[in-house]
Amino acid sequence: MTFELFVFYLFSFILVAAALMVITRRNPVHSALFLVLAFFTSAGIWLLAEAEFLAIVLVLVYVGAVMVLFLFVVMMLDIDVATLRAGFINYLPVALMVAVVMALEIFVIVGPGNFGLDVYPSPPPLPTDYSNTEALGSVLYTVYMYPFEIAAVILLVAIIAAIGLANRTRSDSKYQDPSLQVKVRKGPDRIQVVKMEAED
Amino acid sequence: MQFDMPSLIPVLPEAFIATMACVVLVVDLFLKQEQRIVTYSIAQFSLLMAVLITMATSTGDSQIVFHGSVIRDTMSDVLKVAICIVTAGAFLYAKDYLRDRDLFKGEFYVLSLFAVLGMMIMVSANSFLTVYLGLELLALSLYALVAFDNNSGLGSEAAMKYFVLGALASGMLLYGISMIYGATGSIEFQPVAEALVSTGMNNTVLVFGLVFLVIGLAFKFGAVPFHMWVPDVYQGAPTAVVLFLGSAPKIAAFALAMRLLVDGLGSLHADWQGMLAILAVLSMAVGNVIAIAQTNIKRMLAYSTISHVGFILVGILAGTSKGYTAAMFYSIVYAVMAVGAFGIVVLLSRKGFEAEQLSDYKGLNDRNPWFAAMMLLIMFSMAGVPPTVGFFAKLFVLEAVVSIDMVWLALVGVAFSIIGAYYYLRIVKLMYFDKPEDQEPLTAGMDTRIALSVNGLAMLVLGMFPGGLLSVCAAAFS
Amino acid sequence: MDSLISLWEWLGENLIIIQILIKIVLIVAPLMLCVAYFTYAERKIIGYMQVRIGPNRVGPKGWLQPIADAVKLMFKEIVIPSGANKTLFLIAPMLTLGPALAAWAVIPFSDGLVLADINAALLYVIALTSVGVYGVLIAGWASNSKYAFLGAMRSAAQIVSYEIAMGFALVGVLVAAGSLNLGDIVRAQQGQAGFLDWFWLPLMPLFLIYFISGVAETNRAPFDVAEGESEIVAGFHVEYSGMPFAVFFLGEYANMILISALTALFFLGGWLSPFHGFPVIGPALEWVPGMVWFFLKVMFVGFFYLWLRATFPRYRYDQIMRLGWKVFIPITIVWIAVVGLAVVLEMPWWFD
Repeated sequence: MTFELFVFYLFSFILVAAALMVITRRNPVHSALFLVLAFFTSAGIWLLAEAEFLAIVLVLVYVGAVMVLFLFVVMMLDIDVATLRAGFINYLPVALMVAVVMALEIFVIVGPGNFGLDVYPSPPPLPTDYSNTEALGSVLYTVYMYPFEIAAVILLVAIIAAIGLANRTRSDSKYQDPSLQVKVRKGPDRIQVVKMEAED
Repeated sequence: MQFDMPSLIPVLPEAFIATMACVVLVVDLFLKQEQRIVTYSIAQFSLLMAVLITMATSTGDSQIVFHGSVIRDTMSDVLKVAICIVTAGAFLYAKDYLRDRDLFKGEFYVLSLFAVLGMMIMVSANSFLTVYLGLELLALSLYALVAFDNNSGLGSEAAMKYFVLGALASGMLLYGISMIYGATGSIEFQPVAEALVSTGMNNTVLVFGLVFLVIGLAFKFGAVPFHMWVPDVYQGAPTAVVLFLGSAPKIAAFALAMRLLVDGLGSLHADWQGMLAILAVLSMAVGNVIAIAQTNIKRMLAYSTISHVGFILVGILAGTSKGYTAAMFYSIVYAVMAVGAFGIVVLLSRKGFEAEQLSDYKGLNDRNPWFAAMMLLIMFSMAGVPPTVGFFAKLFVLEAVVSIDMVWLALVGVAFSIIGAYYYLRIVKLMYFDKPEDQEPLTAGMDTRIALSVNGLAMLVLGMFPGGLLSVCAAAFS
Repeated sequence: MDSLISLWEWLGENLIIIQILIKIVLIVAPLMLCVAYFTYAERKIIGYMQVRIGPNRVGPKGWLQPIADAVKLMFKEIVIPSGANKTLFLIAPMLTLGPALAAWAVIPFSDGLVLADINAALLYVIALTSVGVYGVLIAGWASNSKYAFLGAMRSAAQIVSYEIAMGFALVGVLVAAGSLNLGDIVRAQQGQAGFLDWFWLPLMPLFLIYFISGVAETNRAPFDVAEGESEIVAGFHVEYSGMPFAVFFLGEYANMILISALTALFFLGGWLSPFHGFPVIGPALEWVPGMVWFFLKVMFVGFFYLWLRATFPRYRYDQIMRLGWKVFIPITIVWIAVVGLAVVLEMPWWFD
């Protein structure tokens, strides 16, 4: 067994184990943390496949941003796991059937018969000065420019949709308006010291 | 890559709509609530201009630009124009409805314009990637639109169902696409088609890829057995949104099927024909039978959509240019009918009252004979009563399958349209032979009246002279 | 000496893992020492700024104070609160310290003197610094304490927000340098005008934003609402004691040094001499090794951390968020466009 193979199996084992933990843990925070582990190990597998840009971006985006916000919400929610699991036994037969069928399908389709090394031999290793990032960037901005632009529009729509759905202005919320604060002028807007005669 | 004009002109309609959506987004920020009509006007103006631009830049032959991502052909031009016109109609009907319910916000128009953009991208996509991204752009906008009314629990529930099932469908579609990519080594339609000719169908990866693709497609179409979301979404979403959601996206769904199945996997026709036949028969059966049991008109129209989708699929599965023409004709006509039908629902609703029950249509003739007549025309057209255009749409589709010797399918179609006629004609009966329960006078702006009249009469005029639209559709497949 | 060198080469050929481990120790051990003495420097400097003397009892002039602190913390009891999640409670401090140390793998101390000379080094650094937030978040949650949880929530939202501004600032650097490799970024700042060639001048807004975001990212004053001792006692590490607390402490200072080093690399020319190309003084200082310049720059930036802490009152939470989202992010976006234009037009004298 070569070193690469060893690393691959190690990461794959951790990945599968972590993925299993994600769906079996009772505590949602633990599930989320195992998902983080799963992302990390899959980033490792991508590194093995010489896709270092994607591996790092996976860590940067999913681990560094998405999962943090996810944990943020999960930690604040008081999720009642018992009610979530209420239908577990009822749905189990159907779920099991679907899972088995899907697993079989994936095994038949993606298995060595169709995508094995004899059909797709492993590509020769790239030279050390090959920059994955540069290669990706150069096709993204030329060949795939149109899809890339559409993806940008999709993100814009996602922002609009998220704000549109979540933004409810409450009438009783108090806030400061810095632009008004800056415009304060001496005189009527500010505190005035008034001299008064002493009264008895 | 240089931005040369020959590659930019073909995507000018898309670029224009994208720009205008951003313009609406920014302009709307600076408007007060009573000036919101400006947003509406810009949105309508951009749709109109998009139609003109599409016509002006149309060349008649097909051009492929952006390294094979985009195709500009007659089919895409016709469908883009149809999408823009139907959307403009939906905006027009929706305006008063939104205003009465404090939903008259800029986001509605921004999201709708982005949805239109998504449809246009799908319509002229030339690779699996572009199709998928266009679809996601459309779907994302629609999810947000369904939940547009923050205070409606039903709307949020509908959006949630729509989102979960839509995401599942996207996953299926993407899984299928990835398998097809694995089997053919390309995501552009022409190389895929060429690779398929050489490899043929004996590849299991390809079979599964096709199955997943068709499942994803059926979800998006709302074809049985993947139709569960349709009635809930139609019922839960604000009627103004259903107006849009139930009309133009059907045209886009047709384009989606054409691009994926015909442009991309045309040589697998024998394989997907059977799958589509099952979907079509089930859709026509379930849609028409269950619609009878509905008392909510939005749900009823949802099941009616499902049955019409069955007919569109029948046209596509014929696999001949005659069948494609018929399916295209059908989808455009259906979009116009749907926008008209929901237009009447919107018209009958008013502040604090949604005309969602069938009983709300009792005695519409006594309350307003003209609108009742328009509804009559639309219902006749949906049922397929001659001489309305719905009859011809069904006729062309059935003719196309008969000409490929699938007479049984045509017979099934006829049988279920007869069953379906029952519930359309029931509305006619309620409108003309029952006493009105609701005596509120119907109010509508002049623009709505004119648009509804044009919409209703179009059923009749197109039915008497179907040749014009048909020849436009036929030109796309000549 | 020769036998040492040949042993080193033999290691590189046969047991490369051992060689790498030795390199890691050579980086981490001095770094830990730096961290320890950074705390001493902080207490001393802030002391003088506040007209006091600071630590002066342990050893001559208090020089052994950090050692004494470390020994004290090591022998303290580790208290685990009731109802706390023990595993996560103990993992959290390591998650703070680990990324702060791991990021040093790609930092070039001098031309070519770097543990891992990878192409995507900049991305690697951003990715690792973004992982550091887990320590705070998990610590807050696992402590089973309201104060700790509040601190964790504050800090998570703050770090994620400022990461965006930080990332955008680095996009500017990457556009200007045309590379993600930290060594190449420094080499791109080389020129005949010494410190005027460095990126701090053309990328001034990004430089300031990067540094301020770095302060927010490390939860230091004036952005230390995560600790907020006047409101939530000590924030996320209120329940920690002994060694776990010490690790948190180390992580915080290691992060500060890391941000200082990165600022020095991105904007202050890394190991380059500030007077290169100047008459008289340039050649006169040519003998100074690059590593010395680098350390001087790191200390210079580190000093600002301490200065800020001694000078500014704590920001209010909504003001922090406003600053990050509504001020920094727009400025960085605008400046990225400016830099992009300057690079395309080959504007002298940084980009020609």
